[in-house]
Order: sequence, then C-alpha cells, then structure tokens
Amino acid sequence: MKYLFSVLVENHAGVLARVSQLFSARGFNITSLTVGETEDSTISRMTIAVDGDERVMDQVKKQLNKLIDVIKVVDLTNVPQVERELVLLKVNATRQTRSEIIEIVDVFRSKIVHVASNELIIEAVGHMIKIDALIKMLKPYGIKELARTGQVCMARTE
Amino acid sequence: MKKTGSEIIIDTLLDEGVDTIFGYPGGSVISLFDTLYNFSDKINFYLVRHEQAAAHAADGYARSSGKTGVCIATSGPGATNLVTGLATAYMDSVPMVAITGQVASKMIGNDAFQEVNITGITYPITKHNYLVKDVKDLHRVIKEAFFIARTGRPGPVLIDVPSDVQKASCEFKKITNVEMRSYNPTIKGNIKQIQKAVQMILHAKKPIIYAGNGVIISGSQNELKEFVEKSGIPVTMTLLGLGGIPTDHPLSLSMLGMHGTAYANRAIQESDLIISVGARFDDRVTGKLDEFAPHAKIIHIDIDPTSISKSVNVDLPIVGDAKGVLKELNKIIKKCDIKNWVDYVSDLKKKYPLSYTKSDKVIKPQFVIETLYDLTKGDAIIVTEVGQHQMWTAQFYKFQKARSLLSSGGLGTMGYGFPAAMGAQVCNPDKLVVDIAGDGSTQMNIQELATVANYQIPVKVLILNNGYLGMVRQWQDLFFDKRYAGTCLGRQKNCKPVCAGPDKKCPDMIPDFKKVAEAYSVKGYRVDDPKDVKSVLKEVISIKEPVVVDFRIEQEENVLPMVPAGAPLDKMLEHGLS
Repeated sequence: MKYLFSVLVENHAGVLARVSQLFSARGFNITSLTVGETEDSTISRMTIAVDGDERVMDQVKKQLNKLIDVIKVVDLTNVPQVERELVLLKVNATRQTRSEIIEIVDVFRSKIVHVASNELIIEAVGHMIKIDALIKMLKPYGIKELARTGQVCMARTE
Repeated sequence: MKKTGSEIIIDTLLDEGVDTIFGYPGGSVISLFDTLYNFSDKINFYLVRHEQAAAHAADGYARSSGKTGVCIATSGPGATNLVTGLATAYMDSVPMVAITGQVASKMIGNDAFQEVNITGITYPITKHNYLVKDVKDLHRVIKEAFFIARTGRPGPVLIDVPSDVQKASCEFKKITNVEMRSYNPTIKGNIKQIQKAVQMILHAKKPIIYAGNGVIISGSQNELKEFVEKSGIPVTMTLLGLGGIPTDHPLSLSMLGMHGTAYANRAIQESDLIISVGARFDDRVTGKLDEFAPHAKIIHIDIDPTSISKSVNVDLPIVGDAKGVLKELNKIIKKCDIKNWVDYVSDLKKKYPLSYTKSDKVIKPQFVIETLYDLTKGDAIIVTEVGQHQMWTAQFYKFQKARSLLSSGGLGTMGYGFPAAMGAQVCNPDKLVVDIAGDGSTQMNIQELATVANYQIPVKVLILNNGYLGMVRQWQDLFFDKRYAGTCLGRQKNCKPVCAGPDKKCPDMIPDFKKVAEAYSVKGYRVDDPKDVKSVLKEVISIKEPVVVDFRIEQEENVLPMVPAGAPLDKMLEHGLS
C-alpha cells in the first residue's frame, strides 16, 4: 500500500539524510519526496510517498517522530486532502503530430511551455493519476525526457 | 565576555557538572586539549590507549552512576574508533556525549588529512549528532546535547567541532534553560491507561512481570519491588534488567531468554498476562516470535513509543517513564488472587534450578562466579565482556542492586568490559569493580592495561580462559557437528587441519596473561586448580590496585540451558543435545 506523510522539520543541513536513512535502513524505497520551506523559513515541509505494509509504516511514523529534527508528522494516507504534482515532458512533435498533441494537452488543461521544430515541452500540474494518464497518452509520440517534482499534499478541513 | 570555542566547550562541560573525561588527542583537537590542560584541577582527564576504550569508559561511567559520560577524540580515525562505543551505548540507551575534532571548516569535503564525515557515519547509532560550523552555536549545541543524551530514552550524542571553530571566539552568554520545539519526550504515563492496566492485572490468572533496562535507567528498583510485593506477581528480568529486583527475592525468576532460567522461560510461555516494564522484547528474549507466550496479553510500559508493538503486538501500551508509571500503579494495585500460579512457578524453580557439574580437578567457570558472589554478596560492580562468561555471570552471580551489572546487551560488543570497568571504577573509586572476561574479549581492548596501570585504577580483570571463542564454539558443538572453525585461540601453524577439541598435545595458550599484566606493571595471577579459586579471589579483592587473574577453566563447558536460535522459549536444551 502507498503511504503519504507530510513531515515538518527543522530547516538545516543533515535533516534530509536523517529522514531518508530511516527508510533505507529498513529497505524501503521512497517513491517520491519533496522538500521546501514553509511560511516559517526555519521550518521545511517534506512530503514523502512510500510503499509498505501497515505495521512497518506505523513503525516508520514513530521513528520519524523520534528524530530530534522532526517537529511534526502528519499521516495523509487516509485523510481528505489535496494532492498535486508538477511534471515537465519533452515530447517528439513533427508537423503532422503537433496539433494532435496540443489537443491532448488542452484536454488535460496542461500547457505548452516551449516549442521547437521537432519537439514540445509540456507543463502539467495535477493529481498523480491525471499526470500518469497524460504520460500514457503522450507515450506513442515519443517522450524524450520527463521530470516529475513528486507530490505535495495538504489536508482539507471540511 | 569573549571566549574561544575551546573555552566555551570546557565551560559548558563544567556547567553540565562534568568532572571526568576519557579521550585521546590528535591534530584537530589540539586547541581543545590545550584548554583542557588549564582545567586539570576541575576535570580529571584519562588518556586511554585506543579511542574505542574512551567511548566504552564513558559508557561504563554513565551506566554505573546514571550521569552522562563524556569522551573526546580527534577527527578521522579517532572519530571512527568511537563508532563501536557509540553503537554499544545507543543499543543500551546510555547517556553519553562524544566530542570529535573535525578538519577546518573550509577543508570539509576536500578529503583533507584525517577527514571523515563522522556525523554521516553516526546518524544511525546516535540519538542525535551535530556538526558545529559557527562558534556562536557551540554553547547552545552542547547544552542541547546533554539535554538530549540524558532525557527521555537516553542515548549517545556526538558533537563534531572543526578545528577553526575551536580557535574562533565570540561573545559568551550562558543559557540556563534548554528548550527545543522538536524534542519533548513523554514522561508521564496516561492515567486512564494505567487504570486499565490495573483492571487487566487483577483479572489475570497467570500474570508475570518482565523487567528490563528501563527499570535501571529510571532508577525505579524500589518502585518495582513495591509493585511486585503489593501485587504478588512473579518477576523475570532481561540481562540488563538484572539488579532491578534481587535475584534471590522469593518472587524473582531471574533472567529469561536464550540463556535464561528454565523456570523463567516456562513461566512466561504459560503466562496469560505479561507486564513489561522498560524492556523491548529483544529476539534474545522472545525466542521464536510466533510462539512467544502464546496465551498472554501484553501490557507494555516504555518511554520510547518506537519500542511498542515493534516485535510483539501489545494489547495495552503505556508510554512514559517506568518510575512514574510504577508509582501510579502502586497507588491502586491490590494483591492478585493468584496463589495457584505462584505455587506452580515456585515448583518450577525447585524442579528446574540452574546447575552445573561440579569438579575438583578442573575449574568450572560457574564455580568462579559463585565464589565471587559468596565473597562479595552482591556488593560490587560487575562488568562483563561478551560471550559465555557473560551468560555465566548473569546466571550465577545473584545481583542485588541496580547498576551492579554493566554489560553490552544489545550490540554484544566484545572488548566492552575492561574499558567500561575502568569508567565505572573512576566514577566509584571506593567500590569493588570486577570485569569478568573471556580470553577472546580481553584481547580486544587489552591495551588499556597501560591506562589502569598509569592511573592506578584498581579494576579486577577475571579472565575465564578456555582457549576458545567459547560462545561460537558452543554453537559449533551443538549445531555444526563439532566443526571448530576459527574458534580455537590456541590454533597454530602445525595443528592438523580439522580438530574437534583440545588434547594433551595442544600448544600452550598465547598470550600468557599473567606475563602480559606484569609487562604493564599490573599484578597478574594464574589459577589452574579449583582449590585455589577462593583464596586467590579473596586476595585479589583485598588488593587496592589493578589485577589480572587468568583462570584456566574447563575448555568445552557449555552455557545451559539454551534456547537454540529461532526456537520457542520452552524448547530449551537443558543438558546439551542427547
């Protein structure tokens, strides 16, 4: 099962290494990780997506809390939340395929951010599922390069 | 007032009440040592002969007293030599602060001479660590380090200080209060959980208390005793929990686990409620996890939430300091109605006592330990190395008090005992401190004979010398068809390739420990005859200087009972394999 943690940490050197070490020491692969400053510049937020079973994730959550540099751990796995990811795609585009691609990009409400004679760079923002669908649609044209930011996430209050 | 980094370090250590440091100098801690030199009236510095020993000595100092141990090493190899000591302290929750020198700030990352990323290396084996790049942070960091090391579940903290930071200076202002927004360990147990626990305890028919190192660390042996006596529930201890309750207390079942007593293991397997106090269900305790105490519900009192439901599923967790939780429990606990169970457990004690085959021809290791107990009556600090002698000590020395056994339980570090005994002795100058050792472990930090000789630290090293790495040899004896691969310490070039045990033609053991001791100006004894054990021990105890005794013991004696690795606790070998 995929777990999603939002972790508030002290914004200084070495914290990322401590956090990632917890996962690697148990043999878990982090599928996605984003780090950035919060509204308070002394605090960073890490959003970590990882695959594992419940027992292990429970342990990981406690271990994260145990780290001195970790201020707060929020498990976003099963709570109402908004989840977004940004992706840049460099896609082959000939004169024949360009308009087809633009049509797909429009359907996904994504943007063309660069055009060259034989390629396009597309920027897409959305839920991971949407991003995956877009990638699937563009694959036949030939994706030359792909960069994903990983998910960021925020809990919704009803 | 302006102060240099080195002065800030020493000032802050003094502020934390530090009066003893173990360490070893080097290029990147010269200025710190230079400052330390000015404070020799306030801080006793002990120059060890290997940084690993500095870490273990600080550990022994801490375990014997509850105070925070301090060690210093230089960058690079000095720092890496601390690693085993830090890992040992981390596994056993020992409060310790290690200060390492680092290459100058601007050289970090350049593969400079004696540079190593020690904070990176020690992430997984310290409770926390710091690299201090600005002298202005130094005082706060050291204050935080001590706060972190000794509070919550204690542990080692490492502070890496580049050489230029030691020399730089800044305005110095003392912090009186350490506050950290990201570190607030839960100390007080939830009262509702405690009330629920009491209900579970009063309803249980076969309850058992399982006490660990947390009892010792929190200083709650009195509270534990009160709890045991008020409730009338039998109690078993982990290796590091020994001393939590006197071994010969009527309700004590002594140690459980791989080499625990048969009665403790049988009792816990049959119990219907385990009340775990400051223990962590280590694999050497539980045996095969799926078959561990199959009928028991579990109440787990622990200050560290990560210990709870880590290996066994806990029915009622209580996160908090053992002392506070036991105090609350004692307020409301009543005598349990469990006469049948207590009688049954007492019968188990009579039926399956610890025993060994006595001999008047060859020294039995158990006999040495028993005699030591008879002579000291538990009034000594017993330190061990790791291996068979450690288990015999746990089985046959009847520990009476908390902090009277110091042993590397979690990491199982050979070479721990001697330097740890040194640290304990320095902290308790008037107490008898005995390192019970094997011939293998002793040689892992034997260089410290120089330290005990120079400072006249009167540690007694009792080597139970069987010529083997005995614990591994025992496994080979029991499970590997007596194929003694790599375990004979007497093995020489012209020995036959396959050998299944000692005989008369075996060469003399190397080294001669008596001679080694004497080379270091330490008194040495060698004992071969069981008749001499008592008189020599008596004499050794009365000597106020360091002593090494080489007991030539039965070479192929095994530690029994034994739960084979991966077997359930009640499938013990009680008399070896038939």
